[in-house]
Amino acid sequence: MEQKLKTDFDKIISTSNFSNQEIKLKKEALDNFLKNGFPSRKLENWKFSDINQIIQKNIGELAFYNDYNIENEINDDIFINDIEHNKIVIVNGKVERLSFEYEEKDKINLSTLDNFNQNSNDDNSLLSLNNSFSNKIHNILVKKNYSFKKPLIIYQITNEKVSNTNINFQLNFELEENSSIKIINLTDDNSEKNFINNLFNFNLSKNAILKNYKIDKKSNTNIKYDYSSITQKENSISETFIFSSGSEYIKNEVSCNLEGQYSSAFINGIHLLSKNKHHEIRTKTNHLYENTKSYQLIKSVIDDSSKSVYQGKIYVDSKAQKTDGYQLSKALLLNEQTEFNAKPELEIYADDVKCSHGSSSGSLDEDSIFYLMSRGLDQKTAKELLINGFLLDVVEKITDEEIKKLLKQMIGLN
Amino acid sequence: MRDKQIEDLKDYKYGFSTDIESFKAPKGLNEEVIRFISNIKKEPDWLLQWRLKAFERLKVLKEPNWQKPKYPKIDYQDLYYYSAPKSFKEKPKNLEDLDPKLLETYKKLGIPLQEQKRLNGIAVDAVFDSVSVATTFKDTLTEKGIIFCSISEAIQKHPDLVKKYLGSVIPITDHFFATLNSAVFTDGSFVYIPPNVKCPMELSTYFRINASDTGQFERTLIIADKGSYVSYLEGCTAPMRDENQLHAANVELIALDDAEIKYSTVQNWYPGDKDGKGGIYNFVTKRGLCKGKNSKISWTQVETGSAITWKYPSCILKGDNSIGEFYSIAITNNHQKADTGTKMIHLGKNTKSKIISKGISAGKSDMTYRGLVDISKNASNSTNYTQCDSLLMGNKCGAHTVPYIKNKNSNSNIAHEATTSKISEDQLHYCQQRGLNQEEAVGLIVNGFCKEVLQQLPMEFAVEAQKLVGISLEGSVG
Repeated sequence: MEQKLKTDFDKIISTSNFSNQEIKLKKEALDNFLKNGFPSRKLENWKFSDINQIIQKNIGELAFYNDYNIENEINDDIFINDIEHNKIVIVNGKVERLSFEYEEKDKINLSTLDNFNQNSNDDNSLLSLNNSFSNKIHNILVKKNYSFKKPLIIYQITNEKVSNTNINFQLNFELEENSSIKIINLTDDNSEKNFINNLFNFNLSKNAILKNYKIDKKSNTNIKYDYSSITQKENSISETFIFSSGSEYIKNEVSCNLEGQYSSAFINGIHLLSKNKHHEIRTKTNHLYENTKSYQLIKSVIDDSSKSVYQGKIYVDSKAQKTDGYQLSKALLLNEQTEFNAKPELEIYADDVKCSHGSSSGSLDEDSIFYLMSRGLDQKTAKELLINGFLLDVVEKITDEEIKKLLKQMIGLN
Repeated sequence: MRDKQIEDLKDYKYGFSTDIESFKAPKGLNEEVIRFISNIKKEPDWLLQWRLKAFERLKVLKEPNWQKPKYPKIDYQDLYYYSAPKSFKEKPKNLEDLDPKLLETYKKLGIPLQEQKRLNGIAVDAVFDSVSVATTFKDTLTEKGIIFCSISEAIQKHPDLVKKYLGSVIPITDHFFATLNSAVFTDGSFVYIPPNVKCPMELSTYFRINASDTGQFERTLIIADKGSYVSYLEGCTAPMRDENQLHAANVELIALDDAEIKYSTVQNWYPGDKDGKGGIYNFVTKRGLCKGKNSKISWTQVETGSAITWKYPSCILKGDNSIGEFYSIAITNNHQKADTGTKMIHLGKNTKSKIISKGISAGKSDMTYRGLVDISKNASNSTNYTQCDSLLMGNKCGAHTVPYIKNKNSNSNIAHEATTSKISEDQLHYCQQRGLNQEEAVGLIVNGFCKEVLQQLPMEFAVEAQKLVGISLEGSVG
């Protein structure tokens, strides 16, 4: 693999148009990845989902070369017609279209980053992999006091031209003071057996608001890793919603650094799994300043022989007095072959805090089914109703009404 | 007056050491030392071979390092693996023959070895450094057919039982410290309760580390045969010494059909001084096997001592309908560190487990609850309930919760709850308004916080534990 990585890396560098600074950073990142390789279960964070093994088993030999010069066609049929929105269209890891037609042009600044954050994390070599192979990183800056009028939908498409390939993609958002943005991240996979590695960085200044909704619905055989890193200053709010259902394997990781007082982070997620899928959500909220708040609600419905994992960590620094942290994960196991693993973790160094977590897993409540059936529903409908209600709890947490309606429709919950 | 009492209590009152001549094995860990231990204990050949096998295995094992509290590297070659009071070359036949200094030591510790001074009829087996010094109430127990003696004696007198069960729960191929113990264990207690016998009194072992540079490696084996019941208590202390001492014990419990074992620990090893110097490294492996149907194992622990506590008393619920329970209070103060919790492994059908853990950290200490609940594919209709609460006092300490939850059976339910908070101002205010001073108020609230676990302890222990909880936190508020 090492040789393959090196040759593919050289190929990308020679065919693309990177600056010297970028090439230097990319080389460093590659070295770091070569040193660590794909994470395996030996690392605590990957205990429940050994991505090295999963790639070996499902894909086998990976190619790392990705031709960033190809112009990919975009099929307009995939766009959502129900709401007016701005678009970013990404095909096979390359940004093909950026359109902000509903926004004031002078309030947004689009650029590419020359000097990206190395994010070198020994625990997470996938970030290094991303840094070394991703294309130029687009940066979207929302200027002071500007709120997006319409949501931004990021269409992440893969087409049948790629297979057994590692696709790396990275995107950056800067939210200046008092700004706000709503993002829907939609995936549309028409490819098979690729390893897709995404990295999103969000920087929230004072009073900024980020709403980020990630939807993975279309059934596909790709393996995905999706990392969102959110840094928050005073009084900022971030809301992340994850619907994870379609891909063969996906690990969604959200890391929030609450650096300013009164900042708050909300992460809600749904796993709706069937067949042989294996999905994981890992959240890490770092309370680094006084009076910060975080809330996580994750619900899993697991059928056939699928597997759901939730790892959540609340970290409270000794400075972060008056922290309020809450975390709840619930799982419904519908079939004997299913599996649910959880590791809700608290690491606390300040005394004046209120932190708690809860986790429960089990089958559908027989009494509730009996109750509904005694009211005339057949067993299947009764079960569906209960599962629906179970998941709606999470969807109802979405604060944007328009998007909530759209997502309910999309997911099929009413 | 009260201040003076507090001043007295603040110090570790078991910190004295007994000036008694001891007889040690040569320093170091090698085959000779193992042969030496085996020889001096006149062990049968199979046991020596068993130890050597463990030692072979130990050579390839590495010390685990995933735990939260890190410690300086232990030089295993710089330890004595066997230390016994000199008067013990021949084990005394009865208490009169005991070295008076030893009796004095246990008297100071408040452990009644002389039967006439019996306290509520608790049978005690006392372990001093590497050897068991005395077991009380033998006659009463023998009448019922209960075997309660040191493990060395059991090896001589009941080799069949020992051979059958030793290592059946903690095999010699287990982790580093358990394997180390298998290779060099010196003494410990052995209990066998025959079928359908309810043990009429609490059985108790008292461990004392006295000699310096000595590791204590005791091994306890408790077997509850069909339909029997036993409640077992364990207490520990050590003198104040500047260096860290290693304590790596193995405890194996086996409950057959319909049997119940209740195991309580009040661990008060020397925790080191205010600056974190000295203290015991308490790296203990405790594991219970609910082998038979309807069996039950219950662990209760009050952990207040040791510089580092690193242990997870576990239950393997193999028999159908078996029950595992874990109740724990862990208190850390000054520079103490604890990484403790439990493992509940559900293998049989209709198995139940319950975990109640209360952690209190104060000063500059660090506490971690780490637990595993694993429900396997075949363990239908199993349930687990876990509750772990932590209390923090001051902003220099840490409290962490790391539960691992694995559910592979759709008919089984797991519920887990954890909270971390400080003592509420309202509660403090209320108590102080009623005339308690701050320290008394904190004591009262903390005792209430721990009540659920304290209730599980046998009466005499509960009283002692309650006091211990108060003492451990003295000076940590205000």
